Amino acid sequence: MMRLSIAFRCFFSLLFTGKISEKILAELRARVRPATHPEETPEAAPAGTRPPATAAAPRPHDGTERAIQMLALLQRDGRLVDFFTEDITAYDDAQVGAAVRDMHESCRGTLQHYLTLEPVVAGEEGQPVTIEPGFEPGTIKLIGNVTGKLPARGVLRHHGWRAGQVRLPDLPSGIARAVIAPAEVEIS
Amino acid sequence: MAKTATPRNTHIVGIDLGTTNSALATIGVQAEEGARSNVPALPQLVNAGEIGELALLPSFLYVPADIDFPAGSLALPWNSSPPLVVGELARKRGAENPVRLVASAKSWLSYAGVDRTSEILPWQSPPEVVKVSPVEASSTYLQYLRDAWNHVENAQGSPANLADQDIVLTIPASFDEEARRLTLRAAEQAGFDRVTLLEEPQAAFYAWIESQGERWRDLVKVGDLVLVCDVGGGTTDFSLITVSEEQGELVLRRAAVGDHLLLGGDNMDLALARVLQQRLESNGQRIDQWQLHELRYRCRHAKEALFGDASLASQSVTVRGKGTRLVGGTMKAELTRDDLQAVLVDGFFPIVERDAMPARQRRVGFQELGLPYAADAAVTRHLARFLAEQSRQSDVGGAIRRGSSGLACPTHVLFNGGVMKATPLRARVLEVINRWIRAEGFNALDSTHVLEAHDPDLAVARGAAYYGKARHGRGVRIRAGAPRTYYIGIESAMPSVPGMPAPLKALCVVPFGMEEGTRAEIPGREFGLVVGEPAEFRFLSSTTRKQDHIGDLVEDWGDEIQESSPLEVTLPSDEGRDEVRPVRLEANVTEVGALELWCVSRDGTGRWTLEFNIRAPQAAPKP
Repeated sequence: MMRLSIAFRCFFSLLFTGKISEKILAELRARVRPATHPEETPEAAPAGTRPPATAAAPRPHDGTERAIQMLALLQRDGRLVDFFTEDITAYDDAQVGAAVRDMHESCRGTLQHYLTLEPVVAGEEGQPVTIEPGFEPGTIKLIGNVTGKLPARGVLRHHGWRAGQVRLPDLPSGIARAVIAPAEVEIS
Repeated sequence: MAKTATPRNTHIVGIDLGTTNSALATIGVQAEEGARSNVPALPQLVNAGEIGELALLPSFLYVPADIDFPAGSLALPWNSSPPLVVGELARKRGAENPVRLVASAKSWLSYAGVDRTSEILPWQSPPEVVKVSPVEASSTYLQYLRDAWNHVENAQGSPANLADQDIVLTIPASFDEEARRLTLRAAEQAGFDRVTLLEEPQAAFYAWIESQGERWRDLVKVGDLVLVCDVGGGTTDFSLITVSEEQGELVLRRAAVGDHLLLGGDNMDLALARVLQQRLESNGQRIDQWQLHELRYRCRHAKEALFGDASLASQSVTVRGKGTRLVGGTMKAELTRDDLQAVLVDGFFPIVERDAMPARQRRVGFQELGLPYAADAAVTRHLARFLAEQSRQSDVGGAIRRGSSGLACPTHVLFNGGVMKATPLRARVLEVINRWIRAEGFNALDSTHVLEAHDPDLAVARGAAYYGKARHGRGVRIRAGAPRTYYIGIESAMPSVPGMPAPLKALCVVPFGMEEGTRAEIPGREFGLVVGEPAEFRFLSSTTRKQDHIGDLVEDWGDEIQESSPLEVTLPSDEGRDEVRPVRLEANVTEVGALELWCVSRDGTGRWTLEFNIRAPQAAPKP
């Protein structure tokens, strides 16, 4: 069914534009063959090796694609998503600590490599700061005795984090954009 | 190519084509004396679809299958679909899929046991993988450096082509003539036609001179003997450099080079990983080959951390769980300072006596075919043999300080290569040398006798650029000359005995230290050459026999002389006439450091060059 659909789209694309569009090509390239031989029935394939749905799957929009990419980078280098999805209640702290120490180092490296993290408010935590009129509430959260009168004096409790430079690599093409970690299959 | 108004060779470029990492340093042709070389960051794929800039180019080549990487993710700024992956991504991906990885191409280039111009790499990979020859692999790295550098220069608005620059390409001092020639061929295939070869230990010494400025003349004096101890990722290389005086000027000569040893940091990391593997497995945990690879990588980092900070007692090494079970599968072991001491310091650099000899190559009936790794992992034993070998030689390369037993006794040590960054390993090498030279009747060396070049990862490339500058008359030069003594094999005229080859005599055609840019005739011998068909000469060399002069005939040499691939010459026949032409032999060491042998006809009307016959060595004849 899938092949028929692509064949039709290729045909019309060729008919109307003289070439097969990049989008269709990307989908064609992205198709994964099941691990079974063509003559075997799909039911014989072990679970999880079927080709993921392609055209039918909703494609994320650009903003979410970048978010997924950031997760994918943290997963690739530090296995962050594996960590959050794993049930760790059964393991003792030493075991969790061993994994986390390693993950911490890797993810830290990833963050430093792809982002420049900057404090929102320069200054040391615990020191007094003055909030001037016209500040953007999305950048500074006021807590405690907030009367609404500015300028206001307070103590810096958390200097905040802001992404300075972002140096993310180009997005992968096609359905790989939704992939946080590719499946791994060892060929014997 | 159209000529432009400005000269095209604006730079002198030093290229360190390393076993595990390559680097490039440049210096302007017009640069002031004392100007430092520049090391450009090399753009390369660091992940699929991601270009990063690194100072080093990992010398790895990955032959991708169509299904290896997402479409378009291998694009480089200068090539949208390169057929081969070079650099960091090749190294990373190759660890996951070794059958498509070409590693240590340089070691293959120097291994006479295979045909180095035939497509044999990746070694023993299945037939569907496209293969390259060791020469092509080396050439691929050079082409990559060329394209990357050209891209960087273009992006900076000063377009230039690396192939047009004056290139100094470094090779191990232990490379034999054929490996040198193949390196030049690889450079030629990359389009480089202004190439000079330089031995790596010399390059390291130049880097030291560069880092010291004029001060270096106060740090060494006439009569000194500098040992260059170069232990890199894959190879170990020793050289001796003498300091003498001519017409009031300090003169440096490379007086000795050691044998080619496939022994280096990779062996050491693997040894540490094996120790931790045993420790983990004795707790009932299982390590598979992928985890062993990870373990090796992490051992290297832990080792560097421990060697870099003497206050640390141990470093934890974790191997992450497989599959999605990260925490549950994580294994942790401690790499302690005692481990480093036992495995690296005492294992690879044991305290041995000055007459220690490395264990011989294994003689097992069936050996896995592959690179000839050093059978003895003890660097210090190889060093003992190297220094002891100098006792038998004449002072062709300048006066060598020798002890009571004839052992060469260095006055200074220059360390080079990633392994020798580690302070405890340097200290051990110095301790062992001191033990020997005290026994020979000299004072021990201290830290003032260790010559420190900055940045050992880039020293060879920088030193090569400095040397390129020195060739243009700006800077000091080490006099090197032929690194070996070369011979032509002559079969004795004796009644043949079935099953026994005729005894071979060796005629010295190039003496050790014969200088670049000189030629010499082999006196007193003529050869009859048949025209119209190839005539073959057997070719031999020695790193230890420095006493032989040109024209000397050696009959009994034990294991001091080794045979290389044969040399071949075909003389054109005049109108199909059958004749034998009498020729003399002439040796020529070219300016770029290549060796040429010529046949010159008696009447002087013809000259033919002897070419290396680069075929796989034939199997031993069956009785």
